[in-house]
Amino acid sequence: MLRLEKLVKTYRTGDQALKSVDMEVPKGQVLALIGPSGAGKSTLIRCINRLVEPSSGKVWLGDTELTHLGAGALRRERRRMGMIFQEYALVERLTVMENVLSGRLGYVGFWRSFARRFPQSDVDEAFRLLDRVGLLAMADKRADELSGGQRQRVGICRALIQNPALLLVDEPTASLDPKTSRQIMRLICELCAERGLAAIINIHDVALAQMFVSRVIGLRFGAIEFDGPPTALTPDVLTRIYGEEDWQATIQKVDDEDAPAEVVA
Amino acid sequence: MSAPSAELQAVLGRRWRKPPLIRRTWLRWALGLGALVYLAAAISSVEVNWSRVYEGLDRGGAFIMSFARPDFVTRGSDIWDGLMESLIMTVAASVVGIAISIPIGLGAARNIAPLPVYLVCRGIVALSRALQEIIVAILLVAIFGFGPLAGFLTLSFATIGFLSKLLAEDIEAMDRSQAEAIRATGSGWWQWINYGVQPQVMPRLIGLSMYRIDINFRESAILGLVGAGGIGATLNTAFDRYEFDTAAAILLLIIGIVMALEYLSGVIRARVQ
Amino acid sequence: MPVVENAAGNRVWMRRTTGQSMLRWFGWLLGVAVFVWCWNRISDSTTWFFVWDAPRIAGDILTRATPPRWSYIDELWLPIWDTLNIATLGTILALIMAVPVAFLAARNTTPSARFVRPIALLIIVSTRSINSLIWALLLIAIIGPGIFAGILAIAIRSIGFCAKLLYEAIEEIDHTQVEAISATGASRWQVMAYGIVPQILPAFAGISVFRWDINIRESTVLGLVGAGGIGLQLSGSLNTLAWPQVSLILIVILFAVIVSEWVSAKVRSAII
Repeated sequence: MLRLEKLVKTYRTGDQALKSVDMEVPKGQVLALIGPSGAGKSTLIRCINRLVEPSSGKVWLGDTELTHLGAGALRRERRRMGMIFQEYALVERLTVMENVLSGRLGYVGFWRSFARRFPQSDVDEAFRLLDRVGLLAMADKRADELSGGQRQRVGICRALIQNPALLLVDEPTASLDPKTSRQIMRLICELCAERGLAAIINIHDVALAQMFVSRVIGLRFGAIEFDGPPTALTPDVLTRIYGEEDWQATIQKVDDEDAPAEVVA
Repeated sequence: MSAPSAELQAVLGRRWRKPPLIRRTWLRWALGLGALVYLAAAISSVEVNWSRVYEGLDRGGAFIMSFARPDFVTRGSDIWDGLMESLIMTVAASVVGIAISIPIGLGAARNIAPLPVYLVCRGIVALSRALQEIIVAILLVAIFGFGPLAGFLTLSFATIGFLSKLLAEDIEAMDRSQAEAIRATGSGWWQWINYGVQPQVMPRLIGLSMYRIDINFRESAILGLVGAGGIGATLNTAFDRYEFDTAAAILLLIIGIVMALEYLSGVIRARVQ
Repeated sequence: MPVVENAAGNRVWMRRTTGQSMLRWFGWLLGVAVFVWCWNRISDSTTWFFVWDAPRIAGDILTRATPPRWSYIDELWLPIWDTLNIATLGTILALIMAVPVAFLAARNTTPSARFVRPIALLIIVSTRSINSLIWALLLIAIIGPGIFAGILAIAIRSIGFCAKLLYEAIEEIDHTQVEAISATGASRWQVMAYGIVPQILPAFAGISVFRWDINIRESTVLGLVGAGGIGLQLSGSLNTLAWPQVSLILIVILFAVIVSEWVSAKVRSAII
């Protein structure tokens, strides 16, 4: 479904963020991208939808090669890739509903979106999604009135209303407390399962990643260091990715905490 | 997936509109209508003599063209004298204005000045801010006669209002704990100001002073219109005689000096902050 | 090094080294010299006889100017209305022109940092450096005296001011919000409408009201050079030495300035 071929990104400063990354994500697979800060996780995700222009290499989404597309064609392909951000990246002075509907911008013309006259089907879908994440009552609140976890749920709705085939998720839990983090991760994974979406999730918290995903890719200095199931993440592997540290506690935590099921409020 | 909840059922299929900025409908309409009526009345009360404007287009074109070949020479000595006078007024007025506005700024800060002092200083600030430079200049010219003295006094007075107010606001917004720490050492009032207050407000004071010098120069360019000295008189004469190339030269010089002052103040502010 | 040894061989802490403090003293000396020279030039071109006579003249003007001629207010209503219109319409015109200039000048929205941005910055600097009275003089020379010249003068003077503040606000926006909107496949204009405009709207409103307040002040004196408004009456009264009328006009102007500042402060605090 998504295939990266020899993807390279060198910044103008000379920093090589990605060194020839090859990767394939089948339909419906949720994978976690882990690695130390500066390993190129964020760059990798942004190279896929070309918020950052890759220096060379190819990105295949289905049968379309993205790196050579012109502006119009790129916009059409971006509709198929929903993105969720670390600091939520909601437009804070717009209402929750406007933020969700902004996910449909690629489908409606400028004047229609400017007048906030979205097709009724989009509006209904937005209400359905808000109901699904439990924020229906907040639809007309301004985005900056929400708490962190609520904002991230709006961010999820905005990504899903694009009707994407792939979710690009950049550190969804980095600004959230541990409990909300889990709720958000669970929500993302459930929604991916419901809709058969593939997802690439950048995440710092290794234990959290292990809890929810079926495949983990470890990135170090812009190259893939590990690719396998979460159970294969041994202390050795983590040392290879992150450097020397006592990993036992981190991995232990997973076994202890996996049980309780929290209901998303 | 479970069946849609009752709340969801209620909103599905309903049109969605962005909630309006003003919630009360009548108020929204009244404000909108009021604005429209005002605009219509205002625009209709502007009398434009279009044939005069049309005739003027040539002159406007000539003026814009004259920027390509400004004439610095024909009235060279007038321009030079006017510009020097403007600069002299700017420098002198800025020095005096800044020197006076520091004590007044201290006095106008509620957290360090006693109430009577505060009221007097705030009164001076309010008076100076409410009177525009050009009106002050007219009055001072009437009192002191034509010449740069009136301009100098005008600019000094305006500087006091501007700088004292911002300085006072800055002092009122400063970090209390730093000033309290100095007071806790048993310092006297002057030591307290010198060690507790001055370091906190100094960078901004320097920045604002530089900004004010810039404004003073710009204002000095118009004081000549009412006889208070500076380049304005020369400029006025140039316009009256339709000597657009001389006017263009003067305007270019003003823009150049303002840009230089802005650049200089940018450098100095970057150094002190 | 701020720690030096004195003659007795004791180490003494000083704020600056000898060289530094010499330099500072020299700087101060130079500053004082420049100021004294400037003052001498001013004093040379001053007729000191008038200055010594000033208190008497001031007192004379004051007695003539009081009480203000209150009945004159009937002739001021129209000029007041004109002044308000000059400020308001001028501000609206300025904003219409300042918005595109600001977008062209902001580093993150300009279509070309090398060619378009310098032009936008040039517009900002040149309109900002020249006082509205000078713009009025110029426009009167071109299109003749009247309110229209006043409106244009106010508008041109305000372009640079508004555009400068606005482009600074545009450069300070949160870039990830813009990124998020682009990531949905939105077009360039949609990114503008959804990602950038909501972020700068409060700044825009604040700038408009702030500039309107300043423009009320400036439009009260535009009449001095013939560009309409209450300044026209002021200049007429001054020329005929009708001091009671002058004092009434000054009171009206003072009142207008205070009211506009109050309105602007209220609106701005409501927005922010």
